[in-house]
Amino acid sequence: MDWGLILSNLVHDTIVFSTALIFASLGGLYSERSGVVNIALEGMMIIGAFTGAVMTYAFQDSLGSLAPWVGFIAAGIGGAIFALPHAVASVSFKADQTVSGVALNFLAAGLSVYLTKIIFNGAGQTTTLSQVFSKWSIPGLHDIPYLGHAIFEAYPTSYIAFILVFLTWFLVFKTPFGLRLRAVGEHPRAADTVGINVKKMRYTAVMISGALAALGGATISLTTTSNFSHNTVSGQGFIAIAALIFGKWHPAGAMGAALFFGVAQAIKSLVQIFGLTQYVPTEFIFMLPYVLTILVMAGFVGRSSAPAALGKPYDTGSR
Amino acid sequence: MNKVIAVFTKESFLVPLVAIILGLLTGAVAMLAGGFNPVKAYVALLEKVFGSAYNFGETIRQITPLIFTGLAVAFAFRTGLFNIGAEGQFIVGMVASTAVGVSFDLPAYIHAPLAIIAGAVAGGLWGSIAGYLKAARGVNEVITSIMLNWVALYFANWVMNAFFIPAGQQRSEMIQDSAVITISWLSAMFDSARLHWGTLIAILAAIFFYVILWKTKSGYELRAVGLNPHASEYAGMNVNRNVVKAMFIGGMFAGIGGACEILGVFHYQAIMTSQPGYGFDGIAVALIGGNTPLGVVLAAILFGILTFGSAGMKFGAGVPVELIRVVIASVIFFVAAHGIVKIFVKPILKKKKEGGN
Amino acid sequence: MNPVKNVVEMRGITKRFPGIIANDNITLSVKHGEIHALLGENGAGKSTLMNVLFGLYQPEEGEILINEKSVKITSPNVANELGIGMVHQHFMLVETFTVTENIVLGNEPKNGLQIDIRHAEKEVEKLSDRYGLKVDPRAKIQDISVGMQQRVEILKTLYRGADILIFDEPTAVLTPQEIHELIEIMHNLVKEGKTIILITHKLKEIMAVCDAVTIIRRGRVIDSVLIKDTNPDDLAAKMVGREVNFRVDKIEASPKQTILAVENVTAMGNRGVNALNNLSLEVRAGEILGIAGVDGNGQSELIEVLTGLRKATSGRVLLNGKEITNQPPRNISESGLSHIPEDRHKRGLILDFTMSENMVLETYFHPTFNKNGFLDYGAIDKHAAKLIEEFDVRTPSIYTPARALSGGNQQKAIIAREVDNNPDILIAAQPTRGLDVGAIEFIHRRLIEQRDNGKAVLLLSLELDEVINVSDRIAVIYEGQIVGIVDAKSTTEQELGLMMSGGKGLDGGEKR
Repeated sequence: MDWGLILSNLVHDTIVFSTALIFASLGGLYSERSGVVNIALEGMMIIGAFTGAVMTYAFQDSLGSLAPWVGFIAAGIGGAIFALPHAVASVSFKADQTVSGVALNFLAAGLSVYLTKIIFNGAGQTTTLSQVFSKWSIPGLHDIPYLGHAIFEAYPTSYIAFILVFLTWFLVFKTPFGLRLRAVGEHPRAADTVGINVKKMRYTAVMISGALAALGGATISLTTTSNFSHNTVSGQGFIAIAALIFGKWHPAGAMGAALFFGVAQAIKSLVQIFGLTQYVPTEFIFMLPYVLTILVMAGFVGRSSAPAALGKPYDTGSR
Repeated sequence: MNKVIAVFTKESFLVPLVAIILGLLTGAVAMLAGGFNPVKAYVALLEKVFGSAYNFGETIRQITPLIFTGLAVAFAFRTGLFNIGAEGQFIVGMVASTAVGVSFDLPAYIHAPLAIIAGAVAGGLWGSIAGYLKAARGVNEVITSIMLNWVALYFANWVMNAFFIPAGQQRSEMIQDSAVITISWLSAMFDSARLHWGTLIAILAAIFFYVILWKTKSGYELRAVGLNPHASEYAGMNVNRNVVKAMFIGGMFAGIGGACEILGVFHYQAIMTSQPGYGFDGIAVALIGGNTPLGVVLAAILFGILTFGSAGMKFGAGVPVELIRVVIASVIFFVAAHGIVKIFVKPILKKKKEGGN
Repeated sequence: MNPVKNVVEMRGITKRFPGIIANDNITLSVKHGEIHALLGENGAGKSTLMNVLFGLYQPEEGEILINEKSVKITSPNVANELGIGMVHQHFMLVETFTVTENIVLGNEPKNGLQIDIRHAEKEVEKLSDRYGLKVDPRAKIQDISVGMQQRVEILKTLYRGADILIFDEPTAVLTPQEIHELIEIMHNLVKEGKTIILITHKLKEIMAVCDAVTIIRRGRVIDSVLIKDTNPDDLAAKMVGREVNFRVDKIEASPKQTILAVENVTAMGNRGVNALNNLSLEVRAGEILGIAGVDGNGQSELIEVLTGLRKATSGRVLLNGKEITNQPPRNISESGLSHIPEDRHKRGLILDFTMSENMVLETYFHPTFNKNGFLDYGAIDKHAAKLIEEFDVRTPSIYTPARALSGGNQQKAIIAREVDNNPDILIAAQPTRGLDVGAIEFIHRRLIEQRDNGKAVLLLSLELDEVINVSDRIAVIYEGQIVGIVDAKSTTEQELGLMMSGGKGLDGGEKR
């Protein structure tokens, strides 16, 4: 066995599988930094995966290889719109943010399959897309033995995800918008007294969150699965939340955690390729990402770095 | 009589009621958008449920597990925990009762209760994993219990594949007759709809829920911890132990639900490709039922009718069954954001006040 | 001299909240360059009035004039533009941000897309120097003292160009030394042309720094006078509505055997550093031991160790000679220790339980109420009815949730419950915080009654007056240690103040 090749494949697949998690956990970061718990990342990813697949399907004959880009952008817009009810419930009506998020997850699961069945004549999944993203090889760099395949042959969405990590860091920690976002999540009343519109900040954050999580979902349907079905996302939104917590609500941390969870998924696919299933039951391999998430959460003690006002509705009239 | 009216105009009753109506309206909008006739669809739903003795019996069959999972979620809620893991607890309950049901050969009066107890214990232990992680490590129970749902699903498939499924099949051997809890004479009355003792156990579970929370010392502690863990700690209660206890009892309810589904309905266990969904519907049931036992039973009846009747919508009006998921999700949403609901309720309350003068 | 103009004029302000009128036709005029006090009891409506002026609340009726022009203050932004700034009682500071970040928040200087943090820091430094505030612009809020945090609040208003500064109960959290410095800062501000409104219920401060005072009681203005025309007794009577005697009447204590002994206790605080350092003290039967100290010197941790809510890392606690160190809370309370917690909403009550259920919070498992695992709600209700009657807790019924009661009645209920346990020692932590004078008197009487019945009482309070008036002996806590114990009758506020800020007591040795 060529261990270099295996390792190269592992890194390559890790990047593929982490991409969706990076998008979604960055999405979660905006919302939670503003003080709104976003357990609805899962639902937002589902909506993104669905919208991305359907819009690509709609344009793949007319636009060809541009179609996935249309699908991708449409997914972002769809996610932002889909996040709106969560903002309305959490910010304006002071709902329990976890319950509201759970409701949106169910809504996404139901709505996406309902619409899929309407669009695809009763079929529970979209047809396989003829146009999806293909990998970009960085000229020159991808020829490096092992390393080239591992890192420099990736989907464009992966490159976008890594750029977004940097952009998010800059926005959240270097700009007035970021300072205000964090202030709203730490001490909304303090922000209010210096004239920052707490509601507006939180609405904005939740909608950015929806857009990014949906991009993550679209990444899955437009790269790895090439279609949308009820189990396209299958819990990755929750893993993204775990990555956000594990990454201490910091963009780089979230990215690191997302890569870590991506390894679990990559192993899953590698094991199947290399025929290791004769040694380990498939069910255990399928369990791996979820078990790993639980173990990581259990091993990672303390939530001290969570935004102080996370999950608390802000009431302007409270005395 | 006035008392009766007072109950039905109370906010705790009106809010869920209006949330249900708003949920059905949201479903209607979704149907209109999909080019369906919502009136026809909802009528088809009701016709399906009440159209024949068999279907009515099957609706009761559908309601039963929802009572169990609703109680599982509601019980944890009372102790300040969001048990989103009823799904997984339900599944391991199925596994345990299948194992006991298939493996042993015992007199019926021992075998069936033993299989149910096995389901209860398995569900309880599965629930306490999330409870323990919350208590001992401070891990958010929502995320762990969701992850545990997936783990339970694959774990169940593995157990079945490894021990109970004959080669080349997709389902386990049948459980022994001595473990079956189907009520044959009742089943016969409803054109062989799959009615079983589990429904009675569900009602008893709801009563147990009430008694333990509001009549016992343990219940006093569980409620105290749920409402204010700091004060409970000050008062000398062991908060962590109560968290695990609440998740164990909640998991027990779900586990019994899973056991009854195997012992009373299917008599075997199949390989699952996705979650059966009873645990998730249990969340809606608990929320609509206001986390009270009576409310849970009533809400389970409603959601049982909706989910069973959704097949009627498919045949009667061509509406995909997932529409009912949209309705249920919307209902949860409106209960969570009850501020939205109150906008609709306010005029009713105002009218009542004027009427009272 | 020119006639001094009114910079703030509030006319006929009325503000209602569901169930109460917080401000009832209030009129207030503040002249340029004066320090004007707004005096009233807790809940009299002072903070509401100032929140109206700062744009956080909108009044139902009334008019506001700033610099003799009629204005509508619809938000804190408008207030800022009008030159009104507020130093809040509960600081409006983001703990994880730096001083500068907190000050510029909402008004950030930019360099391209980025915040120009260098420029901002210089700006803050300049302002700090000008008013003698000595604030480090790069420090994180969570790392600086409460006194410094208050200065950051002041800087926040100055950075926004405020000319009218509202101080909401600014001395509540400060050491006597810091209070002294704050008064100096206020004088500096006035010298620089600022006007100050000071919200307080402390008469001494008003007499020391203010030029004029407006007294509010139950949402109405009682009087508005110049300081030179009044005296503390007159102000007190106007604030409370009757003659009050702030001295607590009590007979001489006759202390007996030691009930509680704390020996060299060390414990960690929430931040991972020692909050208690080798702390020792004794409380005897028939005496009230008061603990004086500035907030955050280990008081809360001490109570938590005594009651079993926090682990001591070394040392012993003895109750009636029996070791109770690091025992679970229930063992300790069953051994004869009762505790009135400092935060009654967090620890003292389960707000959504009925009063009846709350009255057995620590005793529900006793055989009287608990029959084989089932609770006897008949007995519980009877017990609650008795206590509520005996301690005059005003509640519509024993089935009313605790949430629906006023703060004073909630506190009375807690005291009823704790005293009914017939403890050998009663720990009272900030038992009168946020209460009106009537309730305060009631609580002080009950504490002294405990003492006179031969029980031990440990009183912790941030109000120095309360400690001096109620206690028999006073232990001063500083950085997790008892730095001295004095006799309450012979000590002075100055002596205590010095000890509270780390200076040794009678020997006068400076520790810092």
